[in-house]
Amino acid sequence: MALPGPQDGQPLLSVENLQTHFRTPDGVNRAVDGVSFHVNAGETLAIVGESGCGKSVTAMSILRLIPEPPGKIAGAIRLNGKNLLECSDREMRQIRGNDISMIFQEPMTSLNPVLTVGRQIGETLRLHQGMSAKQAEDRAVEMLNLVGIPEAKRRVREYPHQLSGGMRQRVMIAIALACNPKLLIADEPTTALDVTIQAQILELMRDLKHRVGAAIVLITHDLGVVAEVAERVVVMYAGKKVEEAAIGPLFRSPRHPYTQGLLGSMPKLGSSLTGHETRLAEIPGLVPSLKAKIPGCVFASRCPHATDLCRAVAPALEEKAPGHVAACHYAPREGAMAA
Amino acid sequence: MNAIAPLLQVNDLKKHFPIHGGFFGGTTGYVYAVDGVSFEIMRGETLSLVGESGCGKSTVGKALLRLFSITGGQVILGGTRIDDMPSGTLRPLRRRMQVVFQDPFSSLNPRLRVRDILAEPIRNFGLAKDAADLEARVAGLMDKVRLPRDAVNRWPHEFSGGQRQRIGIARALAAEPDLIICDEAVSALDVSVKAQIVNLLQDLQKELGLAMLFISHDLAIVEHMTHRVAVMYLGKIVEVAPKRSLFAAPKHPYTEALLSAVPVPEPGAARERIILKGDVPSPINPPKGCRFHTRCPYAFDRCRTEEPALRPVADAMGEGHIAACHLHDRPAAENPLAGSKGASLLAVG
Ligand SMILES: Nc1ncnc2c1ncn2[C@@H]1O[C@H](COP(=O)(O)OP(=O)(O)O)[C@@H](O)[C@H]1O
Ligand SMILES: Nc1ncnc2c1ncn2[C@@H]1O[C@H](COP(=O)(O)OP(=O)(O)O)[C@@H](O)[C@H]1O
Ligand code: SF4
Ligand code: SF4
Ligand SMILES: [Mg+2]
Ligand SMILES: [Mg+2]
Repeated sequence: MALPGPQDGQPLLSVENLQTHFRTPDGVNRAVDGVSFHVNAGETLAIVGESGCGKSVTAMSILRLIPEPPGKIAGAIRLNGKNLLECSDREMRQIRGNDISMIFQEPMTSLNPVLTVGRQIGETLRLHQGMSAKQAEDRAVEMLNLVGIPEAKRRVREYPHQLSGGMRQRVMIAIALACNPKLLIADEPTTALDVTIQAQILELMRDLKHRVGAAIVLITHDLGVVAEVAERVVVMYAGKKVEEAAIGPLFRSPRHPYTQGLLGSMPKLGSSLTGHETRLAEIPGLVPSLKAKIPGCVFASRCPHATDLCRAVAPALEEKAPGHVAACHYAPREGAMAA
Repeated sequence: MNAIAPLLQVNDLKKHFPIHGGFFGGTTGYVYAVDGVSFEIMRGETLSLVGESGCGKSTVGKALLRLFSITGGQVILGGTRIDDMPSGTLRPLRRRMQVVFQDPFSSLNPRLRVRDILAEPIRNFGLAKDAADLEARVAGLMDKVRLPRDAVNRWPHEFSGGQRQRIGIARALAAEPDLIICDEAVSALDVSVKAQIVNLLQDLQKELGLAMLFISHDLAIVEHMTHRVAVMYLGKIVEVAPKRSLFAAPKHPYTEALLSAVPVPEPGAARERIILKGDVPSPINPPKGCRFHTRCPYAFDRCRTEEPALRPVADAMGEGHIAACHLHDRPAAENPLAGSKGASLLAVG
């Protein structure tokens, strides 16, 4: 299996054959089933897919936040070469505070309602970087300025409920970046926000990437958001990676029928101006249950090109063009694509 | 009835929710959720209501359905004023306006089989001649929403989100309405399933000649579905236009910002960006003058004191474009909204 490798040295994060399964009363849920990808330092990688395909479980696995049992993680997750699955709980707490941080869809549930915003940013700094109270507060104000919160000096004394949804998400980003992590995992960070606020947060993320230099794993179901901020994309379907490419090739010449289907089923903004008001392409049927082992291709039950081969033999991930991999028996190789 | 009279006409609709509190639990203020909204919908037409959360879209829908009493204004359905009608007289008119909500699960009774969910409105409005007719109507509804007929014996929890939304649509159709209100009816669905339901709604509308009030915050879906669009901000309509006019030549700064904020799945698209500052103000204490002035990139002195009226604006694309913005009182050379900026905002060539 040829995965696009890093240019110089090893990647920052490398996820190898990750399998996160959950034991449930009615069988094993193969939430993530043999997923591999890497993230280079300073890069933004998007993981995209419909709900239930295993995006959040992948993120929680990287941070080792999966409850075990019922969950069980196998494979390897290497941060700068160190396998996180072999780390002690103590080491993991260090890594979560210093090297990797995470922001979630709903900031209210991850912010502490009884602590001021300043305390919450400061807490991380005092805990992980041994700052004094004064240093921590100064840094908190600096962080709020960085994420574009006006009147930062006053805002550090406010409580989460006094802030709007967009402001809370900015605070979450400030907390996440306070310790200068190497990797930021953002799980649907703008899904709960309105478009004008989403635009603000996406702009903030783009801007911060240049200024702070952390690598970002952006998890989203929205291909529009992917196109706006990511450099590379992993497409997941039913617990598997089905395609991976840089954003240009992925959007211009998707190789996997599922990715093609997703793009075809989205209405195009501006269609009334261009006259391309075609009927939306449908992906028929439903995502299969993750509890039954699927013998062939996971997408076969919904794929317009499925054959007996697809139903019997799972396609391997293959490099179809440099840096562009897809798991499909019939996805064309470079040169064979129709324009 | 006059063929060109609108099916639904809404005049100066207001809904102010009282805020209770204070020492004696009295009213301490109001949420000005909907504050003077007017529009009409023709037979067979889809009008979309767009705007960010909290701007009053659902409140408009609920007011039309009479889920609560309104603070002011008129709702006229098929020439009859219904907002002040006693519920007894209202019943036959209620049939003509049905709703599909965002979350099909919480809106379907979990203790009823699909057959009974669909039979209920048919019985309520006395639409079936006899038991055989009832059964035939239920089967016909299943066909219309492309669910297998034998699924009528199953319970709501046995269906996926998309299938439950089909049941919700079938239940709305059971009453043989003239108008369906879809309140974020496809918003919670995954992309691949959303396309199925969008196509179904479009097919049904053509087939049955339904009128639709399509409430949504998703502008790409709206553009795909609708004939006309009304844009709401803080309880007011700020712009109404036929679809093509609105997307090609937005005439309100808020509409312009909304269009430019929608992420498009085209990496590197060259696009004009308008990033609004700050958040939507509270509807309890809306800004004086133009409600959008606290975020408007073009605001000037007059905007802070005088509220702009919703009135016709010049649009090279055609008639029927109205907007509420003082900029249109200026000569075209000094009006940033005079031209057709849609294509550069949406990155279409
Ligand atoms: N703690 C858990 N126990 C059992 N199953 C779980 C647990 N967490 C997630 N899952 C299952 O794993 C699958 C993938 O979920 P998730 O990663 O949350 O999907 P998404 O792509 O929407 O983020 C789903 O079938 C979900 O039900
Ligand atoms: N029953 C209610 N009581 C008090 N306030 C309400 C009620 N329903 C809605 N509101 C308020 O009215 C405003 C408009 O709400 P809504 O119509 O639901 O907006 P939208 O559907 O556009 O998101 C919001 O500020 C909301 O909090
Ligand atoms: S392997 Fe077969 S079923 Fe799977 S995506 Fe390719 S063509 Fe479709
Ligand atoms: S009236 Fe003034 S503040 Fe309101 S939208 Fe127009 S320019 Fe902006
Ligand atoms: Mg998730
Ligand atoms: Mg609503």
